[in-house]
Amino acid sequence: MQIYLPIAEVSVNAFLLLGLGGIVGVLSGMFGVGGGFLMTPLLFFIGIPPAVAVATEANQIVASSFSGVLAHLKRKTVDLRMGTVLLIGGLVGAAVGVQIFAALTAIGQVDLLVKLCYVVFLGIIGGLMFFESLRAIRRARSPAGAAALPRRHRGWIHALPLKMRFRTSGLYISVIPPLVVGVFVGVLAAIMGVGGGFIMVPAMIYLLGMPTKVVVGTSLFQIIFVTGFATLMHATTNYTVDMVLAVLLLVGGVIGAQIGAAIGVKLKAEQLRILLSIMVLLVCGKLAFDLLVMPDELYVIGFDGAGH
Amino acid sequence: MARLIGICALALLLAAPAQAERVVAGLSQEAIAITTNFAGSEILIYGAVQRAAPPPGAEPLEVIVTVQGPSQPVTVRRKERRFGIWVNADASQIDEAPSFYAVSTTAPLAQALSQTEDLRHRITLNQAIRAVGTGRADQPLFNAALIRIRSDDGAYQLNEGAVRFREQTLFDTAVRLPANLTEGDYLTRIILTRGGVVVDLHEQLIPVRKVGLERWIYNLAHERPLIYGILSLVIAIAAGWMASAVFRYMRG
Repeated sequence: MQIYLPIAEVSVNAFLLLGLGGIVGVLSGMFGVGGGFLMTPLLFFIGIPPAVAVATEANQIVASSFSGVLAHLKRKTVDLRMGTVLLIGGLVGAAVGVQIFAALTAIGQVDLLVKLCYVVFLGIIGGLMFFESLRAIRRARSPAGAAALPRRHRGWIHALPLKMRFRTSGLYISVIPPLVVGVFVGVLAAIMGVGGGFIMVPAMIYLLGMPTKVVVGTSLFQIIFVTGFATLMHATTNYTVDMVLAVLLLVGGVIGAQIGAAIGVKLKAEQLRILLSIMVLLVCGKLAFDLLVMPDELYVIGFDGAGH
Repeated sequence: MARLIGICALALLLAAPAQAERVVAGLSQEAIAITTNFAGSEILIYGAVQRAAPPPGAEPLEVIVTVQGPSQPVTVRRKERRFGIWVNADASQIDEAPSFYAVSTTAPLAQALSQTEDLRHRITLNQAIRAVGTGRADQPLFNAALIRIRSDDGAYQLNEGAVRFREQTLFDTAVRLPANLTEGDYLTRIILTRGGVVVDLHEQLIPVRKVGLERWIYNLAHERPLIYGILSLVIAIAAGWMASAVFRYMRG
């Protein structure tokens, strides 16, 4: 069944979109990731204009993270104070990111920026995860090494001014590092159409030293507001949010996520991580390949945003 | 002077009925509506040649049908290898290029139409693309790229021999419109030529519009972007919630 997307102005198969949403949903349910970093490149591959893909994906992430945040709030595993600080940074970052996006659209380099960001981040995250889980599998096989990593305290983070007490996390640290993390994630959310959990979660654990149990809830809390804000900014500056596309992806995604969560329980954590890292590296490889190999068609017709 | 022009115009008007062959044409669709399940469309163009006298001369009559979408400025960019990756480097701003252009003919175009007549009536695609003052020596490369890319998408078509012409009187052809149509008025022209010279020309506009839900969403997104943004978020959240509720219910 073909469906005409009013903002993207292309006609695509509705079942293809539901299926894509479903597959990414299964993966995000299995691995506990948002899936934006997989969905946005997949949308490029099926011919959705990049500007529309990024803005619409931000919209979808808000909706798909919403029920997660409610569950974490109920369990009281959200550090609201830390979340608010991250959020303030995130809003600033998203506002900056949308402006960068609009400026680069005007000079025709937005495709390149988005794709480069993807290659760099997917490459780093995929590579780190791959080697880390290989090590974990090897450790599990050899009986000697099962030592937990000691938590490292970063001296310079404690030396920064503007300290604040975060009770839920049991921390007394400066607000500067969380603000910076927030800004960075906000920029990525606006440019790449991702929630940014894949950057924020490691940063919260290793950089800020937050306890693992509040990390996911707090990052989701920050993500829904930042991506919500990015959606509104994209809608008002670039007119690139496609409501119909978002709803189709979402319905597939929500159902997929439930199935994925059920599969995820049956697999081992290291196996899951290695699978995820291989997938991330594949998407990264495809994007890198397209940038490195001489394209068949050297000319492109400029995309001046969906608004004519 | 004005009187002289008036007399000339009158003389031309009086001469008009003496024209030997006229085209009478119809279209299968008066307007095209882009609906939610729009997947492209096909317009049937048919008609007949009306004659006051037997066909003159030995040369056969030919029919050319053009369908032209609204024109827009277009930026064409060329990729170049920089630091090992392919990036958009040079760009050319083409002042005006039709979003859609189809030419269908009864015979090879070179045979059906002379170059001077093409220039006068602006019939082929090359006449519809305007790129003046770009100041580029390699501008033809950019124009050629635009035509190549849009031809691959089915937006630019040259269908030589696609017009069926029976007994030098009845003709018909079908023009395929792709799914990613730009909104606007599509100009359809039916041109009769003999020996490469235009004998008669009939024009008709086909409006192409988004309708219903498509229209509403598009207008809202452009006229009330903030409300549209908020609505997108609310609808997406509600849809997600409902999908998971239905799924939980189904599982028991």
